[in-house]
Amino acid sequence: MPNKTFFWFFLPTGLAMILFIGLPIISTGIQSFYAQHDQVVKEVKKCDPFGCTVSIVVDNEETSKIREAKPLGKFNGFGTYTDRNHLAVDEIKKFWNETESFGAFVDQVTNLPFYKALIFTLTYCLFVTPNVLLLGFIIALSLNAVARKIRGPLIFGTILPMIVTPLVGSLVLFWMIDSQGIIGANIQNLMNDPYLSLKSSKTLTWITIIIYGIWHHSPFAFVVFYAALQTVPQEPIEAAIIDGASRFQRIKHIVLPHIYPVVTFVALISLMDNFRVFEPIIGFSAEGSAQSLSWLIYDNLVNEEVILFGSAAATSMMTIIGIAILLAPVLIRTWKEFKTAR
Amino acid sequence: MRKILVTLLFLLFGTSAFADCNIKSGSINILANDFPALRTFVETSKKCKGSADFKVTHSSEHNKIAVPALTANPSEFSARIAANSSIVPLMNQDLIRPLDDLVKKYGKGIQDSQLITIDGKVMAVAFMANTQHLYYREDVLKDLGIAIPKTYEEVVAASEKIRASGKMQYPYAAAYKAGWNLAEEFVNMFIGHGGEFFKSGSAQPNINNAKGVATLNMLKKLSELSNPDYLTHDSEAIKVEWESGNVALMTLWASRSGTLLDDEGDPNITKATKLTGPATVGGGNIPAATLWWDGFTLAKNRSDADAEATFRALAHAASNKKMVADAADQAVWLVEGFVPGPKSIGVIEAVKMGAKPYPMLPQMGLMHGALGSEIVEFLQGKESAEQALKDVEAAYISKAKEQGFL
Repeated sequence: MPNKTFFWFFLPTGLAMILFIGLPIISTGIQSFYAQHDQVVKEVKKCDPFGCTVSIVVDNEETSKIREAKPLGKFNGFGTYTDRNHLAVDEIKKFWNETESFGAFVDQVTNLPFYKALIFTLTYCLFVTPNVLLLGFIIALSLNAVARKIRGPLIFGTILPMIVTPLVGSLVLFWMIDSQGIIGANIQNLMNDPYLSLKSSKTLTWITIIIYGIWHHSPFAFVVFYAALQTVPQEPIEAAIIDGASRFQRIKHIVLPHIYPVVTFVALISLMDNFRVFEPIIGFSAEGSAQSLSWLIYDNLVNEEVILFGSAAATSMMTIIGIAILLAPVLIRTWKEFKTAR
Repeated sequence: MRKILVTLLFLLFGTSAFADCNIKSGSINILANDFPALRTFVETSKKCKGSADFKVTHSSEHNKIAVPALTANPSEFSARIAANSSIVPLMNQDLIRPLDDLVKKYGKGIQDSQLITIDGKVMAVAFMANTQHLYYREDVLKDLGIAIPKTYEEVVAASEKIRASGKMQYPYAAAYKAGWNLAEEFVNMFIGHGGEFFKSGSAQPNINNAKGVATLNMLKKLSELSNPDYLTHDSEAIKVEWESGNVALMTLWASRSGTLLDDEGDPNITKATKLTGPATVGGGNIPAATLWWDGFTLAKNRSDADAEATFRALAHAASNKKMVADAADQAVWLVEGFVPGPKSIGVIEAVKMGAKPYPMLPQMGLMHGALGSEIVEFLQGKESAEQALKDVEAAYISKAKEQGFL
């Protein structure tokens, strides 16, 4: 396609992307550098059905004057990014100087909300993505080998986890692992420990969420791999069979190299999806044991009665940067291949 | 033809029109939490809508919608049913209007004690009171010869006895779901220990002390007597636990007593379910509970006509003797003519015992949020009480700095 045609072809999408993705990101970025003005409070008498007390309220007249003058808030630079609830620069320095062993230092750092969330998010990504690729590939291969007649219903059954809304899927599992649910009660019986709860233990909650993640995302990998498998040429495979290559050798030397670009694509998309893990935490009511970066943003925006826009914006920006760092190796590799292909 | 139309219109509107609510215009849109008493209240006010538009949103997620919806101009809702804690963000952002003139003009039946005044201005009209108090299973306690617990120490002892008897494995329940619910339990217990959340006259936190540690230790003791999934249990979940007969002692909202004592579920459990006042803790004389009111506020960013229509409809309900007589077991109404029944024991006891109201401070929401996430690891046994309290204070300080309170 000539560049000019491509330009006109891409223009509507490009404009929509700038309008609905680019500008909001810029606005979020700007927001993250601002904090609220210093609150002007005054002492007043408050009376309710239970009696009167003297306590403080925000002085709205004074506050609205300040707000009108500077509607964005107080410029805070990287203040929000470096505070204790985000990168916690000062705290980490302090821990480094005060703790005696490296283990104690790590313990202290992972107790900070941002790092706690980052560790869960990364763990989730690192366990879910490869397993999704592997499981998706195995399912695609096996389905590709069964008789055509029963393939349709089997494919439908396999992509069911993806069709089920994440929240519903996680809720169903949540009830099953309840200490009185079918899985939870059986595990208690099996382990002979009536106090065992999948929901109260941090490790078990993480494992549950990761298994759920693999279950939910595998169909996506499967669908893409299955489509790619249909394009594998039959001649080299037949030739390999005549040469006496085993099934494993055929997959390793013919099928995998053929669908390799698709694997990269699926890996990219899953990494991005998994880095934004959020729904299962809500579905499993796992806020206590597992927090992800997306959950932190949600928490800042809705769980507080006071909305923390600056905090939420800063975490959003760091999530975007995090995804970019994670994807960088794959993207660089794709770019290099693209260049050599030319 | 015209006659028929007029008759039809009369049938439609004529029957519902009350003598004292002759609202001719305006539109009413209410945002409220979702529990039976509030539904009754809003339904009652709807009967008074006259020819005004009437819409209502009942949602348990009301806290998340309120500030954005009322910030818009004109705002989505003309009224918000709020409580001690949820009125604070509305006040902080200057989103609700003073009601003095409307009360003077249309608030005839409203009692003075219902008015929430801040700095001399009426900002809300309360209509019901709420608190968290103890529920117990009379049959279980009687069988084991346990007296009705008056303190949390007695609750722990009683629960241990029930567990030892083999009757129930997890005899105690309270809404310990990580987040708002868990923080609320901390707030109750801390106040029961005589704690103050902030250093007097400032927004500096004041929980990392002996009272805070005692609070956490008591919460932990109770959590060990609860279902191991306690960190995922909200009020609804423990209600279900109670109705399945798994629990003999429970701390729950007074406003939920109606659904516990209704005809649904096992009649034997319902019969044995009894209410008592909130418990004290650590030898303190005020209960480890907070008093709450629910009341209505009017949006500032809405036309005066809408505000007037909304106020008239809601004031009709907030002074409705018939409503409080008919729905006497749904809530402890603050409306004139309410005769407290057996289901109001909890709140009335709490008031008698001198329970404190939930602190209506501008920065309290931030403290509540920090508590909800930072004390979880202590309950899981992953860190010490001192460390958890230090974390709460640090998380709070960062948030309070961002919000300009420190």
